[in-house]
Amino acid sequence: MYTAITDQVDESSHPKSFFYKYIWSQDHKVIAIQYSITAICVGLVALVLSGLMRLQLGFPDSFSFIDPSSYLQFVTMHGMIMVIYLLTALLLGGFGNYLIPLMIGARDMVFPFLNMLSFWTYLLSVIVLMASFFVIGGPTGAGWTLYPPASILEGAPGASNGIVLMLISLAIFIVAFTMGGLNYVTTVLQARTKGMTLMRMPLTIWGIFVATILGLLAFPALLVSAIMMLFDKLIGTSFFMPAILSLGDSVDYSGGSPILFQHLFWFFGHPEVYIVALPAFGMVSDVISTHARKNIFGYRMMVWAIVAIGGLSFVVWAHHMYVSGMNPYFGFFFATTTLIIAVPTAIKVYNWLLTLWRGNIHLTIPMLFAIGFIFTFTHGGLTGLFLGNVVVDLPLSDTYFVVAHFHMVMGVSPIMVLFAALYHWYPKITGRMLNTGLGKIHFWGTFLGTYAIYLPMHYLGFLGVPRRYFAMGETDFIPQSAQTLNAGITISAIIVGLIQLVFIFNAIWSLFKGKMAGDNPWQATTLEWQTSQTPPVHGNWGKNVPIVYRWAYDYSVPGVKDDFIPQNVPQDEVVMLEGNTGNNGENQ
Amino acid sequence: MMKIWQTLTVKPWLTSSEGIVQSDMSTTEFIDTENNKGPGKTALKFFLAIVTLLFFLITITFLSRSQYPDFHALAGEPWLPFTKPIQLWINTACLLLASISLQTAVSLVKKQHIKSTEFAILLATFGSGCFVIGQILVWQQLSQGGFYVNSDPANSYFYLYTSLHGLHIVGGLVALALVSYQFFQDKNFIMNRKNLSLCAIYWHYLLLIWLFLFALLTATPETYKTIALICGF
Repeated sequence: MYTAITDQVDESSHPKSFFYKYIWSQDHKVIAIQYSITAICVGLVALVLSGLMRLQLGFPDSFSFIDPSSYLQFVTMHGMIMVIYLLTALLLGGFGNYLIPLMIGARDMVFPFLNMLSFWTYLLSVIVLMASFFVIGGPTGAGWTLYPPASILEGAPGASNGIVLMLISLAIFIVAFTMGGLNYVTTVLQARTKGMTLMRMPLTIWGIFVATILGLLAFPALLVSAIMMLFDKLIGTSFFMPAILSLGDSVDYSGGSPILFQHLFWFFGHPEVYIVALPAFGMVSDVISTHARKNIFGYRMMVWAIVAIGGLSFVVWAHHMYVSGMNPYFGFFFATTTLIIAVPTAIKVYNWLLTLWRGNIHLTIPMLFAIGFIFTFTHGGLTGLFLGNVVVDLPLSDTYFVVAHFHMVMGVSPIMVLFAALYHWYPKITGRMLNTGLGKIHFWGTFLGTYAIYLPMHYLGFLGVPRRYFAMGETDFIPQSAQTLNAGITISAIIVGLIQLVFIFNAIWSLFKGKMAGDNPWQATTLEWQTSQTPPVHGNWGKNVPIVYRWAYDYSVPGVKDDFIPQNVPQDEVVMLEGNTGNNGENQ
Repeated sequence: MMKIWQTLTVKPWLTSSEGIVQSDMSTTEFIDTENNKGPGKTALKFFLAIVTLLFFLITITFLSRSQYPDFHALAGEPWLPFTKPIQLWINTACLLLASISLQTAVSLVKKQHIKSTEFAILLATFGSGCFVIGQILVWQQLSQGGFYVNSDPANSYFYLYTSLHGLHIVGGLVALALVSYQFFQDKNFIMNRKNLSLCAIYWHYLLLIWLFLFALLTATPETYKTIALICGF
C-alpha cells in the first residue's frame, strides 16, 4: 500500500492555551518567529558593538570607556554574533523553519518536538554567550576566529572565563543547529506534497536545503575545535598549544599545533560563508522572479550552481590561511579552487540579471533590496577574486581591504536579502503589509549608507591600514587623510545603524496599523501564498494539503489571463485570454 | 547516481508533458508506509554522517599530531598499558553483545515474540551499560598508572575519543529508553518496530566506530608513522 506522507490527515493537536500555542510551541511557524526575534535581538547587540568600534576608530581618544581590551572584545563578539547567532540562526532557524513546510506543502516539520528543542537549545547558547559580558574579565577578545595560542593565554581579553563561555556556547549552538538541520533536510526529502518533485521546489528551498547539508557537515569541524580547545584550556592538554612563554613565564603546554586549529576552524569557516549565502541566493531568486513577473532565468542552472557551490565550498578553506604559511603547491591548489567557485556564483548573478531583463519590474521594497543585493554581492564577490590569489592576498591580508570584502559579500549582501525576505514574507507572517514609505527610507539609507562605509575601506586597505588595531598611532605610510576617511566611515555607520530603527518601528507599527495584506498580496505562485488563512494556522492547510501541478515560476505565461499561475492550479483550471487557445506557453 | 542525474535534468517548466506527470507519481514522492522507515531513517543516515565526520576530523588531527616528537603511543613496548589491552577487549565484547541483542530484538519483534524482545532489549542495555562502566575503569587504570589526560597527547586523544564515543552511547541509551518505554506501553506496534530497528542500526554503527578507535588507539608508533606517511603528514 503506497500512500504519500502528506495524504495523512492532520492529526496534530492544536493547542489552545497561550503557553503551548506561543511559547512551548511545536508549530514550525511559531518556532520560526521565536528564532527570528531572538536572532534579531542578539543581532542588535552586535550592531551596537560595531557602532562602539567605529566610534573608537573614527574618533580615537574620545571615549574613555573604550580601551584596547574592550575594543578587541567588541570586534570578537560582533563578528561571532553576526555570523553564527544572527545570520545562520535567522536564515535557517527563522526562514528555514517558516518556509520549508509551507513551500513544499507539508503540515509541519517531520519532527516537531525536536524542532522546538532546537530553538530552546539555541536560546540557551545565546544566553551562555551573553553571560560572558558579565563574568570577570568579560567576553573573549581573541578575534572571531579564536586562534590559539593567544585566545586561551593570559593577556588576551577574556582569556580566563570569556573564551570558555564562548566555546561552550558554540558547542550548544551546534547541538541546536544539528537538531534543526536534521529536521530541515528530512522534511524536504520526506514530506513534500504530491507533485512537488525536487526540481519543482522553489529556489528558496533548494538554497536552504543545500545550506543545511553544508551546515550539518561543516559544524562538526567547529565542534571538534571547540571541544579540543576546551580540553587545552581547562584540562591542560596540548592539542593546539605549543611550548610557549606567557607574560615571561613558560607554560605547561608543549608540542601542540595552532595551525591544526586553523585548518579545523576554516574547514568549518568557509562553508559557513555559503551556509549564509545559499539561502540568501535562493530567497533573492524568488523575490526577483515574483517582483519582475518573470520566470527565473535558467532554473536548472540555478539548482546546479547551488549544488556545485555547496560541494566546492569544502575544498577552498585554506585560502583564509595564506599568511599562515603553507606548501606553495597547496596555495596553488586552494587559489585554483577558489577561482573555480566563482564560476557557478557568476552564473547565478547573470541569471538574476537575465531574469530582470525585459521583466515587468515592480520596484517594491523587496525588489529594491533584491536589486541592491545584486550590486553589493557583485562588488564583494569581485574583491574575493583578488583575495583568492596568493600573491595579491599576502599584502592585502590583515588590512581593511579584507574587512571591506567580507562585509560586502557576507555581511551586507545577506542582510540585503534578509530585508528583501522580511518585506516580502512579512504580509504572510503577520497578515499586514509593511509601510512602503518607511521601507524606502530604510532601503536607501541602508544601501547608500553601506556603500559609504565599505567603499572607502577598500582604499584604506590599499594604503595598508591594518585591521584589528585599536588606534593607528603615528606611522609613515598612513596619511592623516586616512583618519578623516575613518571618521567619515564612522558617521555613515552610525547613520546606517540608526536607520535600522526605522525598520524596527515599521515592523512593530505595521503589526497593528499596517494595511491588511490578504492571502497573496504579491500575486506569487509558490504554495505559501495559497493558504486559505493568513497568517496560516497550525497544520497550515486546513483539511487537505495542496497538490502541485507545475514549477514555481509560471509568471507572465503567454496566452494566460493572469500574469501568474500558482503551483497548485491544474492545467485545466488555468484561465486563458479570450480567443486564445494556445499552448499556455508550453514548450517555449 | 543515474537517478540523481535524471532528477536534476528534468525540465520542470514543461507542466503538461507526459514525462513530468509520470515522475510526479514516482516512488520518491510516495512512501511505502509498511516497509519504509521514513523520516526516522533519513534523519539517522544524516546523523551517522555527522558522527562519522566528527570522528574523521579528530582522526586527521590525531594522525598529524602523532608525528610530533612529544607523542608517545600507548602500545608497542611491554610496559605500555595497551600492549595487552585486556579490559578493552572485555569492553568490546560488551558492546558486541549489546549490538547482537538489539539485532535479535528487531527480528524477535517481527515475529511478535514480545517477552523475548523485552529480554533482548534489557540485555542490550546491560551490555551498553557495562561498556560505559568498563571504559571508565580503563580511565581509572590509566590515571593510576600515571597516564593522565594532559601528560601526553596520546593520552589526551584516548580520553577525548572515548569520552565522545561514550557520550554517543549514553545518548543512544536515552533514545533506547524512550523507544522501550513506548514499546512496553505498546502504543503503536509498527512505529515501535521501526524505531527499534533504527536503534539497532545506531548501535551497529557505534560498534564499528569503536572497533576503528580500538585499532587506532592501540596501534604502535610504527603503524602511526606508516599511516601518516600514506596520508602525507
